[in-house]
Amino acid sequence: MDWTIWVEWIVKGFVLCLILLTGFAYLTLYERRALARMQVRVGPNRAGPQGLLQPIADAVKLIFKEELTPAKVYKVVFLLAPVLTVVPSLVLAAVIPLGTSFTLGGRVITLYVANLNVGVLYLTSIASIAVYGITLAGWSSNNKYAMLGGIRASAQMISYELSLGLCFAIAIVLGNSMNLVDIVNAQKDMWFVVMQPVGALIFLIVTLAEVNRAPFDMPEAEQELTAGFHSEYSGMKFALFFMAEYQKMIVISMIAATLFFGGYREFWFLKDTIFSVDRYWFLGPAYMLLKVVVLLFFMIWVRATWPRIRYDRLMAFGWKVLLPLSLVTVFITAAGILLAQELNNQLYYYGIPALSIICAMAAVALIYRSLRRKSDGRI
Amino acid sequence: MSSELIVFLVLSLVAVGAGIGMIFSRNAVYSALFLVLNFITVAVFYLLLGAPFIAMSQITVYAGAIMVLFLFVIMLLGAESLAPSGELPWQKPLAYVLAGILVVESLYLVFLQARPDMVVVAPDAAVNSMESLREMAMALFNQFLLPFEVTSILLLVAMVGAIVLTKRERAGQK
Repeated sequence: MDWTIWVEWIVKGFVLCLILLTGFAYLTLYERRALARMQVRVGPNRAGPQGLLQPIADAVKLIFKEELTPAKVYKVVFLLAPVLTVVPSLVLAAVIPLGTSFTLGGRVITLYVANLNVGVLYLTSIASIAVYGITLAGWSSNNKYAMLGGIRASAQMISYELSLGLCFAIAIVLGNSMNLVDIVNAQKDMWFVVMQPVGALIFLIVTLAEVNRAPFDMPEAEQELTAGFHSEYSGMKFALFFMAEYQKMIVISMIAATLFFGGYREFWFLKDTIFSVDRYWFLGPAYMLLKVVVLLFFMIWVRATWPRIRYDRLMAFGWKVLLPLSLVTVFITAAGILLAQELNNQLYYYGIPALSIICAMAAVALIYRSLRRKSDGRI
Repeated sequence: MSSELIVFLVLSLVAVGAGIGMIFSRNAVYSALFLVLNFITVAVFYLLLGAPFIAMSQITVYAGAIMVLFLFVIMLLGAESLAPSGELPWQKPLAYVLAGILVVESLYLVFLQARPDMVVVAPDAAVNSMESLREMAMALFNQFLLPFEVTSILLLVAMVGAIVLTKRERAGQK
């Protein structure tokens, strides 16, 4: 094998890790500033202009903090758990295409690390591995609260993984491929969020649960579990959990952008203008960055707006609402495409978003009714 | 020595080591973790053989879903380190006999049945395309539809059975 390929892979992987690490550092600042603005505060603005050096100050603080390892923890697993949490969050990004390709010294360099024909399955398998870190952190701490947090996390992530898989299936059916590059290219004429808005919405809700973000951050609910699975962790080991959460936020925004919001492609109505990625390759990463920043803002906005929901309601919502709804949307999408192709009638494509929006509204109406019944008509 | 052979040898060491570790761990959680490692190594074997779909399914289903449930149960029951119980005295001799039969059988197959001309053919690049995935789905849902549906019914029955059993226990407590 050509040794330059190895060099290319190593450099690409290294750059991807750097992007995610820098992204993590500045996402913390972004979140704190945005949250502060929503709560009519100023936020961190002392270190550097506009607080731009705050992440570096935080990193220095975390590195020099005392590392505590409680006496009765299961040591090996206790040390392994943060690593097991961080690695999947980094590895996930390998298959996500960040742009088309450019030539450097006669070599075509593509803007993804790996182009798997089962790229979507790769995402599901790594996402399913990601549960271990948190579960084991909870168990190895040998602490009731940490244990409860770990068990909650694993139950929640397993439950929401089903709907996540079905959302992936929607994108696979629409893009007619499991390859992420093909899925992005299939969105040249129309983003999948327009074809299947309910699927995109379910995906955004489910990913919040998968990365344990508010309002689904039950595993680390401060009031009841002190800090959940990472109660016993301090210093750099805690920072690794923190890092994993924020990197997962970034990666999952990238996945959402790739599957439903056109990936690195421009808006569909700009497809043959000078703003197209087919014209200039560097527009690809720029569009990707723009979409990721907007989706991250959505996550922060949700955190600032919604209170944490109760644990039994979280499970009921996942199993009784999201799972049936995503099953129905997969069915509607597949049936619509099949009918349009078999009967050669484009009108069936319009039926996909229309029918799925009706189903989503029915689901909302059902939730409203059952909440009303439970509260004796006070709502 | 080709690079594939080196990868294979290293991976088989890891796989066998994980298997041994799983059996000899005194702590059930460590056993489960060794088993996860073993599953992931097997998935990499599938990748080496040019079957990415099977590899990814292996990780998702076994390492990602089933073993998480195992860990869950171990943690919930607090059954990390149960003392060995001597309730079934015939179990150990029986295990030795069965293991001996297995070893003899596999040695027989390896040394007498495996002929040198039976070479495993490395799949070409065409197997790795989306087409192969489509063909697999076609085979699964056309040719093997009945076994597929029977399997799903079996799984459903097992699930309903588990729910029924736990329900009855709870009613008895009240």
